[in-house]
Parts: sequence; structure tokens; C-alpha cells
Amino acid sequence: MSVGTIIGLWLAAGLTIIIFSFIYKDNPLYKFGEHLFLGVSLGYGWCIYYYNDIFPNAIKPLQEISQDSKNALVLIPIILGLFIILRVVPSLAWLSRFSFALYIGGFAGLAVPNVISGVFLPQLTSTINPLGPDWPSIIKQVVLLVGVFCTVVFFFFSWEHRGAVGKIGRVGILYIMVAFGASFGYTVMARVSLLIGRIQFMLHDWIGSMTGGGG
Amino acid sequence: MKKPASAPDRVVLALLPLLLIGILAAPAFAQQPVASQLKLTDRPNDDGSALLLTFDLTGWDETTRVRTEVEVDGEWLPSLMFPQLITPVPTKGGSPEYFGWHAADPEQRVLVVDRYIFIQDPTAEELAENPDAVPQPQPVYLEAANTYHVRLMVLHGGVESYYDAGSMKTDEQWFNVAATNNLVMCVIFAAIIMGFIMAARRNPNLFIRRINGLEAVDEAIGRATEMGKPVLQVNGLDPLSTLSTIAAVNILGRVARRVANYDSELLVPCFDPVVMTVSQEVVKNAYLEAGRPDAYREENIYFVTDQQFSYVASVCGIMMREKPAANFLLGYFYAESLLLAETGFTTGAIQIAGTDALAQLPFFITTCDYTLIGEELYAASAYLSREPMLLGSLKGQDIGKGFVMLMILLGTILATIGVYLTTGNWNWLVEMLTPLM
Repeated sequence: MSVGTIIGLWLAAGLTIIIFSFIYKDNPLYKFGEHLFLGVSLGYGWCIYYYNDIFPNAIKPLQEISQDSKNALVLIPIILGLFIILRVVPSLAWLSRFSFALYIGGFAGLAVPNVISGVFLPQLTSTINPLGPDWPSIIKQVVLLVGVFCTVVFFFFSWEHRGAVGKIGRVGILYIMVAFGASFGYTVMARVSLLIGRIQFMLHDWIGSMTGGGG
Repeated sequence: MKKPASAPDRVVLALLPLLLIGILAAPAFAQQPVASQLKLTDRPNDDGSALLLTFDLTGWDETTRVRTEVEVDGEWLPSLMFPQLITPVPTKGGSPEYFGWHAADPEQRVLVVDRYIFIQDPTAEELAENPDAVPQPQPVYLEAANTYHVRLMVLHGGVESYYDAGSMKTDEQWFNVAATNNLVMCVIFAAIIMGFIMAARRNPNLFIRRINGLEAVDEAIGRATEMGKPVLQVNGLDPLSTLSTIAAVNILGRVARRVANYDSELLVPCFDPVVMTVSQEVVKNAYLEAGRPDAYREENIYFVTDQQFSYVASVCGIMMREKPAANFLLGYFYAESLLLAETGFTTGAIQIAGTDALAQLPFFITTCDYTLIGEELYAASAYLSREPMLLGSLKGQDIGKGFVMLMILLGTILATIGVYLTTGNWNWLVEMLTPLM
């Protein structure tokens, strides 16, 4: 095993222990790990932004304006982006509102048809199924229909949850809780597998490297 | 002594191998699939990036493979590196997005031609870096307003057959006819919502049912003020394009106004720089409306990082050190939800969470005092602000939900009747009821 690998293993193991020390309580070592993690992630994030967004979408098209005049269009988003940076100048901070208005309005406008075609209609068509051809299929479809009906009633905000509406809404929340219970168990299993991965690293890769049994 | 063969015999002997080859190969040629009725058309409702090739194919079996090829500078280039089995190629009847629900010749096969592949030799730079670099296949996508010459290749028993499909120009459409239902629904729902917004402007006291978690907002902020500790709000990890983030920022305005009234302190560590900027504006306005612009601290609404777990490490650290008395975890969350809520729980803060991330809701429900489930988060901003715009939207959405329930009921009835009409078979119903009689 190379010296670089050994140093990397010890660093990773040490930082894992430092972060896990938070389970006991906040401490200076955790603060060090937190700030290191934060600093590294900010530096990493900046590089990702630069090479994935800023360079290919802003700088490169500007460099190639002479080859393709359409690249000049990139000046519009660049100016809008600069408006946001101008927030640091109090007298010009108002310019950023143009950028944000376009950003929020544009996304809201795009979201509506996308939600209808991508979420609303597919869920609607998946819920509509013919009844039959046997009892299990009918029971399954009826359970689904009752669940959808009661859950939607729970999310009616125009009616107070009293009387029949309250009872139907209560069935709806029971359905929701059953779904959440299943989701909870499923996600916890996934999280435990993440923990197992980390413990395997500590026992096998790190301690194993010291005892000669690890990878 | 062996008698030499006569001239006619020699001719027969010479032709014998050819005859044998012909006899052996005959079944293979006889069983070759035959493509017919080839028709090349522009793919409807698209941006001019594809053509459709429809054809009939007879005599094929499970081993038959097909692919389209595009003529480029006199050379035929394939659309796929390897021809595909005919079995998964869709039919016209199974492609209502292109041909409607009742296509003529519904059994005809459909292939989408949207690219061709050419083999690119490694560049000088690539060869300098890696002398063993080999030519790589590169897809080239069709462009709008260009004419392409296409043919169909059928591979069967190792024999390739080619069928010319002619040429067609790719066309760009401005209106997607297949999404007309989307437009109709948008228009109807928009009209309903606008109607309710106008109604809400006339009467701002439209009824909205009580939402449990929101009743506790004032209580939580009041408790933080009494304890002399700050209030913390996290607006989730998604950008402003997400509805839950917009709802969270709306609620932030209300929380900030209450915090300003109580002269407490508000901390908003942000994951997204745009969300941070909008949050600063919202909080600043809230302080202005509360008549406390002097109390606004821009440095309390700050960007942390946009890397998920380092953000969590930082916010957990803030929770442990600042010990906020009230945590509002609103917006869209991922795997960090439980880490944040659990840390907040250990500090003894009142926690109000709200998200439409279904996988994270169970964690909030188990660790927070109140949880706004899904749409309750959107409703919360209307409930708190009583803004006619939000109130009207909420009322309009309720009508939309009623419409959905009606559609599901009608759809189920019609689908069941449809099964009978298409199959004419109600035996399953009789069989199903028989044991009960």
C-alpha cells in the first residue's frame, strides 16, 4: 500500500470519527471537521460551477462570438446575472429585481404545464382502472379508490373537518400514515446500509490496513 | 483405367457445387422477411428533430432485427450501432402520441429516425495522450428543416435486406396537438382560480379550515422571545423553481414579521444563493411592514454552501451553539431531513416542519412537534397571509380536487364498461358473484 493511500485512509477515518463525535455532543473537534467540510465543499462547489456553468455557458460563447453571432445572445443572461451581483451596491441593488422577476416568473410558468403533464395526468390515468376480472383485483382497485377519495378529502381546505368530512378525512390520514410507515421503514433500511458502508470502511479498510487484512 | 468424363458430364460436374450451394441456401432466402408499405413522414408535434418510418413486415421471427440508415454524403450511416429485434418495435396502434387513438393500419411497425452514427477517428491530441485510442461511434442528431434520405435494413439469418424509404424534410411545429388536453386543463383551472381570486378580493374572509401546525407558529416565536433565543428557519434544499421553496419563502415573510414584532432574532442559513437573496428581500420587507427596519440584520440570512451534507453539518452546528428555541424546517428536503430534525429535537426547540417530499415526511412526523403535510405547506402561506391571490388559488385548487375525484369515478365506470364493450365478456362478473348467491 502506497504512503499516499495510507495517509488518505487515516485522514478519512479520522474525519469520520470527528464527525461521529457529534453523537456525544458538540465539541472543538467536530467544529474543526464541520468548518473543514464546509470550506472544502465551497471550494469544490465553486470549481463545479465554473467548469459546468460559467465557462461553457458564459465565457466560451463570448470567446466564440466572432465565429457565430448568435453567441451574442448570451450577453442577456450575463447582464441579468450581473444585476444580481449588483446587490452588493446598495444604490443599484434594485436592478436585481428584474433578474429575480424573470427567474421566478419563468420557472412558475414552466412548472404549471410540466406538473399537469408530468404528475397530474399520469397519476389520474394510473388511478383509473376497470373493475375486475376477479375479487382480488376488485378489492385492490376499491382500496385504491377509497384511499384516493379520502386522502383528497383530507386536503380540502374549504371544508372544516367535522361530521362526515371529518370522518372521511380521518380515513384519509390513516391511509397517509400507512404510506408513511412503509416509506419510513424503507428509508431507514437505506440509511442503515449507508452506516454499514461507513463501518465497513472503518473496520475493513482502515483497521484492516493496520492489521494487514484490509484492502 | 478410369474413363475420362465426357464434355456434358464435365459441365454437370462443374455446376454441381453451385447447385448444392443453391439448394442449401434456398430455404434461407425463401424465409427472408419482406418489408412493404414503407412510408417516411415527419414526426408530428416535435421540434423538427425526427422522422417516422412506418412499414409492414411479413415472415419475421424472434431473431429478425431491423434498423434505419440515413444517407450522408453518399454513404449510408446506421441510426443504431446494433440492429434491434423486431419484437419491441412499437406499432402504429401502440403509438397514439403520433397517430391518434384509432390509427389506420394499426399493426404497422414504427421506427423513429432521430440520429445517425458515424465512427470518428481519434484526434491527434487524443492519440498523443493515448496511442492505443480507437475510433469511437458518435451520434449526430437530425436537425430541423433538413431533408434526409432513409432506408430500412432487415437482418435475418445473417442476410441483410435493404428497402429504400425515400426522402423527407424534418419540420418544426409550434403547437403540440398531443398536449391540447394540457392546454384545456390549464385554461379551465386558470379561469377557476382567477374567478376565486376576484371573489377573494371582494371578500377577504373566505373560509379556510384551521391548519394545526400554523396555530403553533406564534406560540413558538413567543417562546423564543421569552427565552431570549433566536428563531431558525431552513427553506429546504431546492431552488426557487420548486413550489415548496416558494411556499417556504412566503411563510418566512410571516414568521419574520412576527419575529420583528416580538423583537426577537431570526436566523436563515441558506443552501441556494438565489433563495438567500429572495429571503433577504422578504425578511427586509417584513421588518419594514412591522415598522422595525432598524432591527433587520442582513447578515442573519446567509449562504452556507450548496453541498448537501456540509450544509447539514453547519446547520446542526448552529443548532447546537445558538440553541434556537423554534426551528421552522419548510421546503423540499432530502436525506438531511432527519439529521436536522433530530438535532433540533435534542436542543429542545419547538419544531414546525413542512414539506412535499414524501420520503422525508415520516421523519419530520416522528421528530417535529407539528408537520405540514404536502399541500398543507402551500395552504399555509394563504392561511397566514390572507392574501386574495393565495386565498383564491387555494379555493380554486379545491374545485380542481373535486374535478379530479369526479374524473376518477367516471373514468372507473367508463373503463369497466369499456372492457365489456371491447371484449363482450361479462363472465368474470357472473363467476365472481356465483359463490355469493
